[in-house]
Amino acid sequence: MSVRQTLLAAAIALSVGVAISPASGQVLRYANQGELKSLDPYTLKETTTIAHHAHVYEGLITRDKNLKVAPALAESWETLDPKHWRFHLRKNVKFHNGDPFTADDVIFSAQRVRATGSNFLSNVPADAKFVKVDDYTVDVMLDSPNPILISQWDGWFIMDKKWCEEHDAVAPTPASAATPSYASLHENGTGPFIIESHQPGVKTVFKVNPNWWGKPIHNLKEIDFTPIASDATRVAALLSGEVDVVEPVPIQDIQRVNGGGVATVMTGPELRTIFLGMDQTRDELLYSSVKGKNPFKDVHVREAFYRAIDIELIKNRVMRGLSTPSALMIAPPLFPLAKDFTRPKFDPDAAKKLLAEAGYPEGFEITLDCPNDRYVNDAAICQAVVGMLARIGVKVDLQAQPKAQFFAKVLKPGGFKTSFYLLGWTPATADSHNVLHDIMGCRDDPKDPTRGEANLGGYCNKELDALTDKILVEADTAKRDEMIKQAYELGIKDYGYIPLHQQALAWGVSKKVKLPQRADNQVLLYWATKQEE
Amino acid sequence: MLAFILRRAIQAIGVMVVVGVVAFSMFRFAGDPVNQMVSIDTSAAERARIRDQLGLNDPVLVQFSRYFVNAAQFKFGTSYQFRQPVADLLAERLPATLELATCATMLAMVFGILLGVHSALRRDSLLAKVFQAISLVGISLPTFLIGILLIYLFAVVLGWLPSFGRGQVVRIGWWTTGLLTLSGLKALIMPSITLGLFQMTLIMRLVQAEMLEVLRTDYIRFARARGLTTRAIHFGHALRNTLVPVITVAGLQFGSVIAFSIITETVFQWPGMGLLFVQAVQNVDIPIMAAYLMMVSLIFVTINLLVDILYTVVDPRLRSTISRPA
Repeated sequence: MSVRQTLLAAAIALSVGVAISPASGQVLRYANQGELKSLDPYTLKETTTIAHHAHVYEGLITRDKNLKVAPALAESWETLDPKHWRFHLRKNVKFHNGDPFTADDVIFSAQRVRATGSNFLSNVPADAKFVKVDDYTVDVMLDSPNPILISQWDGWFIMDKKWCEEHDAVAPTPASAATPSYASLHENGTGPFIIESHQPGVKTVFKVNPNWWGKPIHNLKEIDFTPIASDATRVAALLSGEVDVVEPVPIQDIQRVNGGGVATVMTGPELRTIFLGMDQTRDELLYSSVKGKNPFKDVHVREAFYRAIDIELIKNRVMRGLSTPSALMIAPPLFPLAKDFTRPKFDPDAAKKLLAEAGYPEGFEITLDCPNDRYVNDAAICQAVVGMLARIGVKVDLQAQPKAQFFAKVLKPGGFKTSFYLLGWTPATADSHNVLHDIMGCRDDPKDPTRGEANLGGYCNKELDALTDKILVEADTAKRDEMIKQAYELGIKDYGYIPLHQQALAWGVSKKVKLPQRADNQVLLYWATKQEE
Repeated sequence: MLAFILRRAIQAIGVMVVVGVVAFSMFRFAGDPVNQMVSIDTSAAERARIRDQLGLNDPVLVQFSRYFVNAAQFKFGTSYQFRQPVADLLAERLPATLELATCATMLAMVFGILLGVHSALRRDSLLAKVFQAISLVGISLPTFLIGILLIYLFAVVLGWLPSFGRGQVVRIGWWTTGLLTLSGLKALIMPSITLGLFQMTLIMRLVQAEMLEVLRTDYIRFARARGLTTRAIHFGHALRNTLVPVITVAGLQFGSVIAFSIITETVFQWPGMGLLFVQAVQNVDIPIMAAYLMMVSLIFVTINLLVDILYTVVDPRLRSTISRPA
């Protein structure tokens, strides 16, 4: 073959190749406030990171647009008895490198996710034993019944055993790794997208996976992700049409975005509950003018604080209407009986009386610890609280700090150094047990040392704990919900916490893009469609 | 000359040591890095294990000596947030910052000198007054505000320039450059103006003042008397003598342009070292903070040294003082 013929052949091959390759599909450009720090799906349990990973990795189960559990890599499952689950795996699924997906990968992933260095230890219970029945069937044996076994498995992604072994990534990338980990810069999942390039903190390009087992709902061929930390720049990028989707839009910019005609802001209640907590364990508060005793040990004082908070004012002024006042420590979508609860009435006069009854007719001084860069308008909420409590004579000294310093001070490793604080909580299990156990459970339980680890004020009611333990193993849903309701009622009667609201999600979405909004704030672009340009 | 450089180098090491000590003592107030590395529902036992692994539970002196021994060898370990070696991350971000800083400084020098000379020679012209007004804006408006105004005008309203990022970059070895693509050049315009505006006004005012000073001196009068052309007097003699302080300032400013590109990079989401540093501070990523601070101080010290050497080139009198032992 002469040079000329070769060239001709090459040209034909090239043009044929171009003709065959699917030219259809849109490029969607997405900007988020936070970065995609690591591609290892077991390194950081954080909403944005998990949502990114969900485009390339898949779990045995997933959650649909309404957060209902749906099959993913497990086609179906059954409980043979309360302590014995059986999972039937999807066949003909391939990882991005072509390796077939089998039961071995599930068993490997179950080990890896519970190994040292994983941040997802609690997603898969430590007592769950994974047993391979055949290549496409896995049994899970439990020591005790667990009706919410799979509730966190949508964030537990399945990795390829062979690939991890080949690349020395059998252990999760630990924080203190001395050498760069292969798995934190590369991915090999089964999901609908493949990461084509990843520059940490700069840009990540997702290409559609042509060999995905499912039928795509989106019409995309590529997702370009850029982190844009500055609020003003992120909004400007959306308004100038340089990006199609941004999360979050600061609430003061929502009107401007909606008025611009290029994009709209999708809002809706988030699952996170913002609340105030009070130190009820120490005999003398660390930061208060009251010496020798702890005013928060008196339920009158706690009730007075609760009744002094004008939640509607916070909603209208501080949150610009974008919050849902909450009577419970959990968001209503996560608890079917939530509608049975209403907040005790805002009543500053009654609050004053309560304080007088407790022996503080002149009020007292107290420090409120508050983050200023963690939740929507967190410091502004605290400022409003300061004003409201001033009306009943309580002088609040506000200490608003960046999250790095705030959490170092108030969490368990810092010694719970707070008397009065603002915090937000989303139950990772999407279930009340997590709230009752981690937030409302007594600290220092000798039988269960992790109970109440996020209970910074040390609220404690043994009756509630006993109910919580029963809730964990109760398999009957109706009965279980009733017990959860009782537990919350106990907490409300004690005024153990002051729930404030669920903050709102705010996604800026170009008018060319259609996208469902899931209440857990995971931006899942595999449901997005973009108009052709 | 050699002795002079050696003396300066020893001073430089002293400066670096001080920066290291100050940086280390600052990290103790930045917060607990573990909080930023794990989710909030991570158990206390797991947190304690990570703290232990990172060596955060060791006595302060042990931590300090470890930090210092590593820093002296330019070993900065692994970033807490990215799980990548800090050296790799910095190397990846260095081209972006250097390109931006160089463009901004060039912009500042060229326009600063031109405008300065013009307003010195034609003090009462309308143009000179306009320049004065612009310089007032440049010196008094904060950087982030200028950046956001530019973004709003040129990206949102007019849609001419990109509001964030570096555009398309070309990779040459380990270096990435945005100078070779149209989108890269477009992306460079607004950040360079934002970053360079302050330096530009500074240089402009400096040149103007110096030039007026020099034009009053005797040797300029003699030059005039000798019948030299105005052009030769202004640019051959006056401007040249004006440039000594300008070089000092511009040189020192190059260091601060790099160091303070933090704000510009944040506003334009410019993927440089400044942005990396800001994110590191928010996330208490101590290895990145340490490396960045040491690097910036190294840059400052080096620039100072270079400026000293440059002086001798511009001003022959200094050459003789340096070579003669004092």
